[in-house]
Amino acid sequence: MTEYKGVMIYSEVTEGKLAAISTELKGCGRKLADDLGQELSAVLVGSGISGLAQEVIAFGADKVYIVDDPLLKDYQTDSYVQVMEKVIKQVMPQIFLLGQTSIGRDLAPRLAFRLNTAASMDCLELAIDPDSKLMLRTKPVYGGNAQAVFTCESYPQIATVRVKVMSPLERDTSRQGEVITIEAGLDPSMIKTKVLEKVKAEVEGIKLEDAEVIVSGGRGLGSAEGFKELEELAKVLKGAVGSSRPPCDNGWVPEALHIGLTGKVVAPDLYIAVAISGASQHLAGCSGSKNIIAINKDPEANIFKEARFGVVGDYRKVIPAFTDKVKELLAG
Amino acid sequence: MNMIVCVKQVIDPEAPPASFKIDPSSNKVVPPPGVSPVISPFDENAAEAALKIKDTQGGKITVISLGTNLLRDVVKKPLSMGADELILLEDEAFTNGDSWSTAYALAMAIKKIGDYDIIFCGRQAADWDAGQVGLGIAEILGLPSVTAAKKIDITDSKARVEMVTTDGYEVIEVPLPALITVSSELGEPRYPTIKGIMAAKRKEPIIWKPADIGVDPSQVGASGRRIKILKLFQPIREGKCEIIEGESVEEAAANLASKMRKAKLL
Ligand SMILES: Cc1cc2nc3c(=O)[nH]c(=O)nc-3n(C[C@H](O)[C@H](O)[C@H](O)COP(=O)(O)OP(=O)(O)OC[C@H]3O[C@@H](n4cnc5c(N)ncnc54)[C@H](O)[C@@H]3O)c2cc1C
Ligand SMILES: Nc1ncnc2c1ncn2[C@@H]1O[C@H](COP(=O)(O)O)[C@@H](O)[C@H]1O
Repeated sequence: MTEYKGVMIYSEVTEGKLAAISTELKGCGRKLADDLGQELSAVLVGSGISGLAQEVIAFGADKVYIVDDPLLKDYQTDSYVQVMEKVIKQVMPQIFLLGQTSIGRDLAPRLAFRLNTAASMDCLELAIDPDSKLMLRTKPVYGGNAQAVFTCESYPQIATVRVKVMSPLERDTSRQGEVITIEAGLDPSMIKTKVLEKVKAEVEGIKLEDAEVIVSGGRGLGSAEGFKELEELAKVLKGAVGSSRPPCDNGWVPEALHIGLTGKVVAPDLYIAVAISGASQHLAGCSGSKNIIAINKDPEANIFKEARFGVVGDYRKVIPAFTDKVKELLAG
Repeated sequence: MNMIVCVKQVIDPEAPPASFKIDPSSNKVVPPPGVSPVISPFDENAAEAALKIKDTQGGKITVISLGTNLLRDVVKKPLSMGADELILLEDEAFTNGDSWSTAYALAMAIKKIGDYDIIFCGRQAADWDAGQVGLGIAEILGLPSVTAAKKIDITDSKARVEMVTTDGYEVIEVPLPALITVSSELGEPRYPTIKGIMAAKRKEPIIWKPADIGVDPSQVGASGRRIKILKLFQPIREGKCEIIEGESVEEAAANLASKMRKAKLL
């Protein structure tokens, strides 16, 4: 197995830019590479993405592999797994990391099965075991009620990392690195699926992922109406509105507001959870927030275990009074 | 349309977090007493996806579940919702597998079933939250796959699948046979009908052992694992929430704002 060397990260691109997760992965990949005394490389896959190579280096990669091909314009399982199989067989990294994104959760398992190795998904922490030199993969399980540490002895060691968990390295344009092009060499007959349409959810105002303040509502709001008051509060705080899963399931708010294990992962400075019980699957998406405030009528609600401050009471009474006071304080 | 749905029996993931316990010596979860296991929720969505297709175009739905101590009332739920057949891979040899050994056993069972147009899985099982077995089955069987579906339309042996993404969805066309993993955005699974429950009670599951699907016991379950578990633990919650009080709820709310201002959170 010694011929496998180095740490490689999958540098995801969204709308022509490096995705935030790509820079986060370089932060954690750099550490693993340094611990192994090996190189950190990144792979960029897509169409017309070559221009991003210097940016990838600025964020900390020693080497960038580029696979640029018109057939790779859209992410598709068949084409991307094929390309990554080729890249990995050529470069033979010891560790390959991706983000737990729509792409990562699709690409990593299939690629791992193809390469006869095993992936760990949605990891919170990665480290090198000093004795075995294997990658230790810490991953939340049972919806976040527990965490497990896994290893796998077959190479490459593949893991996806939860977004907003790792700190990126500083962007440094003086960093030097090597750029290597790899031909996609795709066999179009192997691409069985077709992307017919991409539909983006319309978001008004600040994007959830970028918001420093999030006011989030749960099933206890009872209806779409309940969210109106949260919108007002969010506006006063220059934040965004989010939601646990039930309000999305019930159609009170759009799916795009869904925060949690299978929704968005957010880490704002301030997360105000209103009428949310604090199920572990919801906390999976917001426990990285710097300060959680809980408003719930049930003093036993689990959310109070995660919160810094809380008020026990009916949101219908709490939110208007809170909003008024916040307005007053911000005005004065 | 012949459809296969893979369902896993798990500890009820919606049981209160306080009831969740692990046994650190064995690295295993202790099932909360008095809480019945359930079919992993996304697998119920997968069953619903198959039933929706059966509603409009007819077809046969075969449900497969791998495990031990499979409670008949639990694993028969898809039958009572309207599925046709239940196959259980129930044997000590199948237990304590990882995504690899589970996908391998399920793929071999599906090969034995032979005749299928769509295989449905949940997007991830609510115990290990792996989200890998479906894609593993697809890879082993050489099938195209789509993950996290919220809507599926079938025309001319092709499926048009709406796949959930972080910022909306994509519409993917995939030729059949294919494997599709299903997300909760598909909508609530239907309730079993009384008629369905009665029919499910009478139906005996088919039980397959490793030899029945042509695998060696060493390739499945714990022996077939590729992932080793070193440690299972519960993250410590600090739980130092300060509850803000007041003469009235409204006053408490105002006090919260003042407190947050002082703590420089506003
Ligand atoms: C595999 C899996 C994945 C999941 N993924 C996610 C996910 O990504 N995101 C997610 O959010 N959930 C997810 N869930 C669901 C999760 O388990 C919980 O069911 C869900 O988070 C509960 O949402 P909630 O807190 O809004 O509702 P509830 O748990 O019903 O809580 C409602 C709360 O509102 C309070 N309340 C009621 N009325 C009022 C009032 N008038 N004023 C103040 N408080 C009030 C109640 O006291 C209660 O605490 C997942 C579940 C599974 C099994
Ligand atoms: N033991 C099992 N029996 C039947 N289906 C399973 C089993 N384990 C996993 N699956 C299927 O694979 C999906 C993903 O599981 P996982 O990769 O474990 O998260 C589940 O939602 C099920 O549809």
